[in-house]
Amino acid sequence: MNELYIIAAGSMVAVSCGLLGCYLILRKMAMVGDAISHAVLPGIVIAFLVSGNRDSVTMLIGAGLIGVFTTFLIEFLHKKGNLQSDASIGVTFTWLFALGVILISVYAGQVDLDQECVLYGEIAYVPLDLWILADGTNMGPRTLYVLSFVLVGVVAFIIIGYKELFLTTFDPAYAAAIGISATLWHYLLMGAVSFTTVAAFESVGAILVVALLIAPAATAYLLTDDFQVMLIITVVLGIIISVMGYYLAASLDASIAGAMSTVAGLLFALAFLFSPSHGIIFKRKIHEPDTADVNTI
Amino acid sequence: MNDLLQFLSFEDPNTRYVVTGTVLLAISSAIVGSFTFLKKKALVGDAVAHSVLPGVCLAFMLSGNKNPVYLVVGAFLTGWISLVIIDQIVARSRIKEDTAIGLILSVFFGFGIMLLTKIQHSGNAAQSGLDSFLFGKAAALVGTDVIVFSTISIILLVVVFIFFKELTLIAFDEDFAKSIGFPVRRLELVLTTLTVMAVVIGIQAVGVVLMAAMLITPAAAARFWTDKLRVMLLLAAIFGAFAGICGAYVSYTAPAMPTGPWIVMIISIIAMFSFFFAPNKGIVYKMVRQRRIRKKIRDENILKMFYQLGEADGDFFKTRTTDTLSQLRELASGQLSAGLSRLRRHGYLKSGTDGWQLTIEGKNKGQRTIKLHRLWELYLTQYLRIAPDHVHDDAETIEHIITPELEAKLEKLLEYPDVDPHMSKIPYES
Repeated sequence: MNELYIIAAGSMVAVSCGLLGCYLILRKMAMVGDAISHAVLPGIVIAFLVSGNRDSVTMLIGAGLIGVFTTFLIEFLHKKGNLQSDASIGVTFTWLFALGVILISVYAGQVDLDQECVLYGEIAYVPLDLWILADGTNMGPRTLYVLSFVLVGVVAFIIIGYKELFLTTFDPAYAAAIGISATLWHYLLMGAVSFTTVAAFESVGAILVVALLIAPAATAYLLTDDFQVMLIITVVLGIIISVMGYYLAASLDASIAGAMSTVAGLLFALAFLFSPSHGIIFKRKIHEPDTADVNTI
Repeated sequence: MNDLLQFLSFEDPNTRYVVTGTVLLAISSAIVGSFTFLKKKALVGDAVAHSVLPGVCLAFMLSGNKNPVYLVVGAFLTGWISLVIIDQIVARSRIKEDTAIGLILSVFFGFGIMLLTKIQHSGNAAQSGLDSFLFGKAAALVGTDVIVFSTISIILLVVVFIFFKELTLIAFDEDFAKSIGFPVRRLELVLTTLTVMAVVIGIQAVGVVLMAAMLITPAAAARFWTDKLRVMLLLAAIFGAFAGICGAYVSYTAPAMPTGPWIVMIISIIAMFSFFFAPNKGIVYKMVRQRRIRKKIRDENILKMFYQLGEADGDFFKTRTTDTLSQLRELASGQLSAGLSRLRRHGYLKSGTDGWQLTIEGKNKGQRTIKLHRLWELYLTQYLRIAPDHVHDDAETIEHIITPELEAKLEKLLEYPDVDPHMSKIPYES
């Protein structure tokens, strides 16, 4: 039963992140996702101090706000300050992360958090944190409820805003022409990334969130040219990563989050090498006859 | 205050180690970081920082002990491999660079965490302390660390000094470097190697996540103060060193405080200050300058209105009411009255009982703006063959910008014309 809980939690995180990741990598914002996943730390700490516990709406709101603030600061320094965008990302997220770590040290007695758990989480504890009702009924692991809530939210966001997200991603000029605000959808997407990161950090940690945001989407991007197919492949990959990651970790007696990232990386490597349309091996095979023809002419 | 004096006297050997270590680290990463910053590859440092972890763990698993030489070599290797893979992914597939960086850093780090947890669960007692590579241990630097740091920092600085010209060239204009026959690939390899070296030593002080800040933030801050590379490198090094000392001081007075994050916090504050308040490039400075220019344009436009009204009825010094003025040109009423009183302060206008009146200076200034406007319209029609009904908007902008030198050139080029394309008279100073 524990196995199932952990794999389910992993899959839900992987699917939520992967779906958002498809948009991030196509908008060339992969590193903004990385930045948000680190920068939510002070938001989590402050929300923790305000509300006094881990699983609360306050935490989601606090971190969501910080996530949007991070995006805003990155854009502001880039546009108004003329700071190149990669440096703007680097400066912003390290600053906020440092602030978070300092806050944790200052309130060490009051905050039951540490850097380690933020960086690589511990999904193996998912089955231990049970939701037990007042009458003693065991409702199963609490994290699963939070994660399914996030998953439903992400899927709803993508379905409801499908047209808007699609257009602002692929053709911002056309989107603007028919009256879709690129800025609004940009911040909505970043808000969704922040929420997902916060909900996921406890179980999988900030780094795995980044791996799951980027790796499945990048792998799918190498396998298809159709955006809807890319979303579907990402979902399937997310589940495969979760299942294989769990058994790899179990066989090595190592961190599940780490093993999931490793599997995600291996799957990307396979696609990079062997993808029928974009893999480097088949691409070469397709190109070889061409060059031969050119030479004979 | 006592604390500060005691800290600065460096009596405590531990303080000495921590301060020397962090300052060396900060300086070498600031200098290497400046080059990666200028090459617009700032986040590469972040990728390396995450990618050294599996190297450290593999080195430990193979050697079975924590000999710093093995660990540093392992860290160096995987850090370096990660950069090669990022390059390959970008060159050989349609994955963009930022995606490749994010992918490799998270996958390598995840792999590292998997190995680290495996080592931790293996029960090998020697493993404790490996995680200082994750979070840094600036406050716990000891003599041998400082020796390692100084050796690597000195190598770094010497290499940068030797290849200064080459690194500058590839940072600013890679194509030019290639075209004049520089071995660009090999030089990039040098820069990559320097970055990995800086990260490998730096990470032990500030940790994985914050290493990126040691590379990027001092360079970004310094860039706002200067356009000269040497000055930028010097400033970045000073900012980094200052933050290093401050960080060490904070954890000296409050031992519970983490040194690395404080170093980053201080360097970030310096950077934020630079972004906003640096002369010429700072956000505030630019805003102030823009406001000043906007005001100048508005003032000149108001004087122009007075002049045009004067042209129409032949009396330049007649009193005009605010109503007449606001009918002539769309201006927010607050802007008009603010402009009018500003112009009075500067002696271009006089206010009477029922309105406003030009002074001699005001008339001349309005006249010059009109003259530039009409000269430019003529220039555009004569030399650029633009239709006369298309030149107004352009002239409306340029009339505020043309310098007296350019004005003289225009007059000469157009041979002191009498009228503009719309047959309005071009006024000259008498």
